[in-house]
Amino acid sequence: MASDNDLRLTAHLMRRAGFGVTRDELERLAEQGYETTVEQLLDPESQPEVDMYPLYRRLPQAESPWQVMHAQTDWMYRMLNTRRPLQEKMALFWHYVFATAASKVEHAGQMADQVALFRKHGMGNYRQLLVELARDPAMIFWLDNQDNHKRAPNENWGRELLELFSMGVNNYTEDDVYECSRAFTGWSFEPTIPGSPWGNFPWVFKYRAEDHDGGVKTFLGQTGRLNGEDIIDIVVRQPACPTFICRHLYNFFVAEEPQVPAWNIEPPGDPDAVEMLAQTFVDSDFEIKPVLRLLFNSDFFKEATFRKVKSPTEVVVGTLKLTGALGKPSPEWGTIGQEPEKMGQALLNPPSVEGWHTGKEWINSGALMNRVNFVVDHVRRADLPGNQRNVDWIVQQSANGGSMAPGILVDRCLELMGPLDVPANIRDNLVAEAGADGEISYRTTEDREDLSRRVGNVMALIAGTREYQFG
Amino acid sequence: MTTQTKDPVVVVVELNGGNDYLNTVVPYTDPNYHDNRVKLRLTEDEVHKIDDRLGFHPAMGPLKDVYDRGDMAIVHGVGYENPSRSHFRSMDIWHTCEPVKVGDEGWIGRASRQIDPNGENPIGTVNIGHGLPRALVAPGVPVASVADLSSYGLFTGVERESERERMLARFAAMYAPGMGTGPVADIMDYLSLTGKDAMKGADILKEVPAGYESTVEYGADSISQSLRSVAMIHTADVGSRFFYTSVGSFDTHGSQEYMHGKLWTEVSRAIVDFWDDLRQHDADDNVVMLLFSEFGRRVKENGEGTDHGSGGVAFAIGPSVAGGMYSEYPDTRVEALVDGDLEPNLDFRGLYSTVLEDWLGLDAEPVVNGRFEKPGFISGS
Repeated sequence: MASDNDLRLTAHLMRRAGFGVTRDELERLAEQGYETTVEQLLDPESQPEVDMYPLYRRLPQAESPWQVMHAQTDWMYRMLNTRRPLQEKMALFWHYVFATAASKVEHAGQMADQVALFRKHGMGNYRQLLVELARDPAMIFWLDNQDNHKRAPNENWGRELLELFSMGVNNYTEDDVYECSRAFTGWSFEPTIPGSPWGNFPWVFKYRAEDHDGGVKTFLGQTGRLNGEDIIDIVVRQPACPTFICRHLYNFFVAEEPQVPAWNIEPPGDPDAVEMLAQTFVDSDFEIKPVLRLLFNSDFFKEATFRKVKSPTEVVVGTLKLTGALGKPSPEWGTIGQEPEKMGQALLNPPSVEGWHTGKEWINSGALMNRVNFVVDHVRRADLPGNQRNVDWIVQQSANGGSMAPGILVDRCLELMGPLDVPANIRDNLVAEAGADGEISYRTTEDREDLSRRVGNVMALIAGTREYQFG
Repeated sequence: MTTQTKDPVVVVVELNGGNDYLNTVVPYTDPNYHDNRVKLRLTEDEVHKIDDRLGFHPAMGPLKDVYDRGDMAIVHGVGYENPSRSHFRSMDIWHTCEPVKVGDEGWIGRASRQIDPNGENPIGTVNIGHGLPRALVAPGVPVASVADLSSYGLFTGVERESERERMLARFAAMYAPGMGTGPVADIMDYLSLTGKDAMKGADILKEVPAGYESTVEYGADSISQSLRSVAMIHTADVGSRFFYTSVGSFDTHGSQEYMHGKLWTEVSRAIVDFWDDLRQHDADDNVVMLLFSEFGRRVKENGEGTDHGSGGVAFAIGPSVAGGMYSEYPDTRVEALVDGDLEPNLDFRGLYSTVLEDWLGLDAEPVVNGRFEKPGFISGS
């Protein structure tokens, strides 16, 4: 049997590299070994694709979404049900970095296509990913590259490519921004008929050779008749680029870094770790998987348990996993995609091209209440299959003649919700709640119902702790 | 100005999505308006005439009455230099007063900090809606964000009241002061503070609905219900100084005639009901309401709608407002437009400065990051 430490580490890995696991799955993965699990995560194609039919049958709008809420639902369904959790988590990672918002794009289908692009290329080669991104119609429209003309360059995409998508400020000049933008003139899409009220047409990338500025450009010291792909080749070879991307990976997977605009002022929390990742990135010619392999197997990752404030998406999907909610088709699927928004993260609708402010900034009084209440409302529902499995597991673990000490119940709940460690005064409060209504027993059906209620209440209180806000 | 014994209060209503200025305060005699708005044009017969040049949208009849009473200021041509036509970016600029760099503190958050530097009132600022508008965010400033007043609070899904009370007591005990330690100590401390504020705020707000009585019957639409919540909290006299809510979407790229009319019908009625309610509670004289949108819309219609533009209109409403028109209607001649949009002639930060200094008596400069021309729409200032 897997040791407590194996279980803890595997749970940590699956929270960060995925969206959490059920207890059954955790035990199975811990049994097969940490490194094997990492390799499995890194090889999504070894696992079957998620079956979308159960969702599309009930919610056909999600298959080719017109409204962003349906695209959100589609994505959340995948996060919850995928057998390739890292692939989905990396799609979310790139959505953070290449933040594109439906508020401007106003084309839910293209937003979903952009996520599909991240799903397909997000664990592949970074250079290739940038090329795909530059050709993505949602991105082109988001950063106005269809208005980037031979005779009138628009610098929006050119600037953000350098500032937010690859290197960070201070690593290029204003002239470089201009030359970069010139190189991407003519990278457009069609059709450009506006959406409502006629409905959205699918957009496709269109290279308009007649609108491309084929003249000589000098970009970051290199001169020639540079086109967009040449720019990307030059960008990825800048020393700032691998460090910038690996700092993003560290921030997303390991521990909180300052907000991105401060990166040129404040050094990384663990510069050696970021440098090590960056070196691997360069050595592998910008393949992403070797960097992830190094990251997940590193000590700095393994030591970073509960150092990150869970994002609203992680809270929602993790709760659905824990409680087995929405495992079956349900009308709630129609609106679940909007739940993270109530906690401050509207998927596919980040506040700006800089993406979300994460960590501490996920928390405010309203958001905290909504986080806690969402978990509370789910863990206290006796009808949810995951909750029933959890109670069964607690009983199984405590085979002790039909009764259970409150402290045992609390420790089991903490194991199911982490495994999570809490300070003694918190545990005391949880134990008091567990034992509040007399002896805990599971002999009769009524006993079992009472146990289920207590487990729900203890888990509800755990959901309210400060410690549980971290993942 | 009468002697104020009650603290001044501000209610901000965000018209989300970009409200079409030209069809809100309509230049009905302007030939440029006629030329650019072939389908969406509102005629002299339809508008509620303000003067021989301008008129309110046909759906704004109730607000015309407010204007005629002298309780409404129309602030023309509001915006900022180099306008962004992105909803989020432009809204962000309005929220943070940072048109160039990305700001993470909101203007109301900074103003709240001046009023309550130690963050003692957990409901000094109240947002009615989901999430937390950036305007309200500033470190150390507690904000209550209330989606539904009747269910606001922790553990609201716990049906048995005794059980819920017990769990709330345990929650409070778990959030008892304790020094955070370890690598995430600062976030732990912040969580403690936020958790306690949330509890304290919910404790106060949960008493509010029971103590509220009114003969005003609000509409069922969301802005009516939001303003009703504001009225409930304000008349409960619990020390809230800022209220924030939003309504939309005014993003009328298409079907504008229907949508814009529907929204202004709802907003106009909601506002009139709100003020009736406050008057009934003798709680209107210390309130100023501010309405704004992140941008106006393109002068030339696109068919059935209008695209994102710049230069908008803002309104200030209340018995303490010196009604009338402020600033100038921007030039609508084609040669005066910037990329087809109205050029704003009043920086929105001047609008805020009026509210901050002339109404709240605060120092506006550190809140809006500079000094800007103030439209002086507060009576007696």
